[in-house]
Amino acid sequence: MIKVCTQTFDCKDPSSIETYIKLGGYSAWREILNQQTPKSQIIETIKDSQLKGKGGAGFLTGLKWSFISPTKSQKYLVCNSDESEPGTCKDRDILRYNPHSVIEGMLIACYAIGASVGYNYLRGEFIGDQWKVTNNAIKEAYEHNFIGDNILGSNVSINIIPLIGAGAYIVGEETAMLESIEGKRGMPRIKPPFPAVQGLYGKPTIINNTETIASVPYIIKNGIDWYKNLGAGDAHGVKMFCMSGHLNKPKVIEAPLGTPFSKLLDECNGILNDKKLKAVIPGGSSVPVVKGEVIMDTPMDYEPLMKIGTMLGSGGVIVMDETTCMVSVLERISRFYYAESCGQCTPCREGTGWLYKTLVKIRAGQGDQSDLDLLNRVANQIEGHCICALGDAAAMPVKSFLTNFWNEFEYYVEKKQSMII
Amino acid sequence: MIHDILSENVRKEIDSIRSKFPHDKNKSSIIESLLIIQHENNGYLNEELIGALAQYLNVQKIDVYEVATFYSMFNLKPIGKNTISVCTNVSCMLRNSDQIVEYIEKKLKIKIGESTKDNKFYLKDEMECLAACNGAPMMQVNHVNYENLTFEKIDKILDGIKDD
Repeated sequence: MIKVCTQTFDCKDPSSIETYIKLGGYSAWREILNQQTPKSQIIETIKDSQLKGKGGAGFLTGLKWSFISPTKSQKYLVCNSDESEPGTCKDRDILRYNPHSVIEGMLIACYAIGASVGYNYLRGEFIGDQWKVTNNAIKEAYEHNFIGDNILGSNVSINIIPLIGAGAYIVGEETAMLESIEGKRGMPRIKPPFPAVQGLYGKPTIINNTETIASVPYIIKNGIDWYKNLGAGDAHGVKMFCMSGHLNKPKVIEAPLGTPFSKLLDECNGILNDKKLKAVIPGGSSVPVVKGEVIMDTPMDYEPLMKIGTMLGSGGVIVMDETTCMVSVLERISRFYYAESCGQCTPCREGTGWLYKTLVKIRAGQGDQSDLDLLNRVANQIEGHCICALGDAAAMPVKSFLTNFWNEFEYYVEKKQSMII
Repeated sequence: MIHDILSENVRKEIDSIRSKFPHDKNKSSIIESLLIIQHENNGYLNEELIGALAQYLNVQKIDVYEVATFYSMFNLKPIGKNTISVCTNVSCMLRNSDQIVEYIEKKLKIKIGESTKDNKFYLKDEMECLAACNGAPMMQVNHVNYENLTFEKIDKILDGIKDD
């Protein structure tokens, strides 16, 4: 079994700096400082490793870094630990069991983009556990002079600073996160300008997901080919898959990208109580749902999932068995986007309300055929018409649930009850 | 005046939060400061506290108010001492989280969004996924996770919380 971000997970004291160092931690950072490695070389390495953003968008990390404005003025790195995409629970484990990989990754990223400050923004609900571990780990790293002024006598100075949110899904959107760090409501910004040009406090800023950042030290240490070859088949690298829902043993699995869905299912000891698989949402609730039989042999990688009409997203794999009422699942998903829309763009603010209320009406047995058309129409009017992707994230489930399970929705409006007893 | 509203301890903590940001970016300290202030004020904020923070950070009251009303972890009315948030998002819903909520409602004789009469518990109407999907169904009590919940487990956790 391969271990990248999960390397420390089974150790006795996984979050301590001693454990991390014993496993070779901070050696990539030391090496960079010793060699004064050119920034461009680090960016090229990350680019060539094919490391892709693991928060949902899947954008090439090295390419993102290369967009950083070459200005000599202040720049920032932000690590996005606002894990809140429904079905996603991987960053919470990295933060509590391998916090130093995040810190070392942030240091390397800061160095590569020329930022003297890196903020790690944790969601507010992590205040009980991950927040304490993160603060403690940063303190340890300062004591070892891996962070701070004139790090290990190298003349490089970087500060890593933990931040905490207070409950808002939208802050996971990178420009909303910048607004939140600036002390405002989490309302996404219009792009361009992109954060790499004009980000936090108007300065060039790179924002990366926790799992992405945590992968960086391992890639620098072990090399481009090592990381690329971890993938299965045509895929490159690894991903943490958060297996949840109707499974005998739900768990987070770090597996090669390209691993067939069926293999992940086996690792979770199959469907709960040996029922039949009905549907899967493979990348957090924002991505389209697919039928079980369609995904069974699909390699869990960006392209193959696109081919079957969905996305890898955050790796939040939500598994549903034959007893699942798809109408009620969609109602729950729509409630979420309705509650979490920041209200800035009219199509999203109003549209998510229409979606949710229409689904509540259908579930109450008061819907008719025209409501199904209404759902599709509203979804189409939201999609592509908003500043950020939350609107699309609200629309995509609706359209895919209707497409894949139309008969179930039709049954509900005709018989005024669920097809599933 | 402001010193009566924000304790020395709270002011110290706010000062250390301020040091995380550039010296002219006082607004950035609002969120974390409000969390500290709320924690010291039995879990809720009021206008006086919002005004006091604005004054202390030298920002507009509306700046603080906007933040206090946008983020779901801030409460603008008094709530019970112990906050229970049951995750009812998709992954937990598939593992019967709705029955968990129902059970707690019956046990505590309140509806979701309410506090108990003795002010011991507040059952938050949680909309977000709490990022513990492989431990579904789950809840947070005062931001500590309890996973793979059963009715027996809930009894044990909630009955185990002391009265003060």
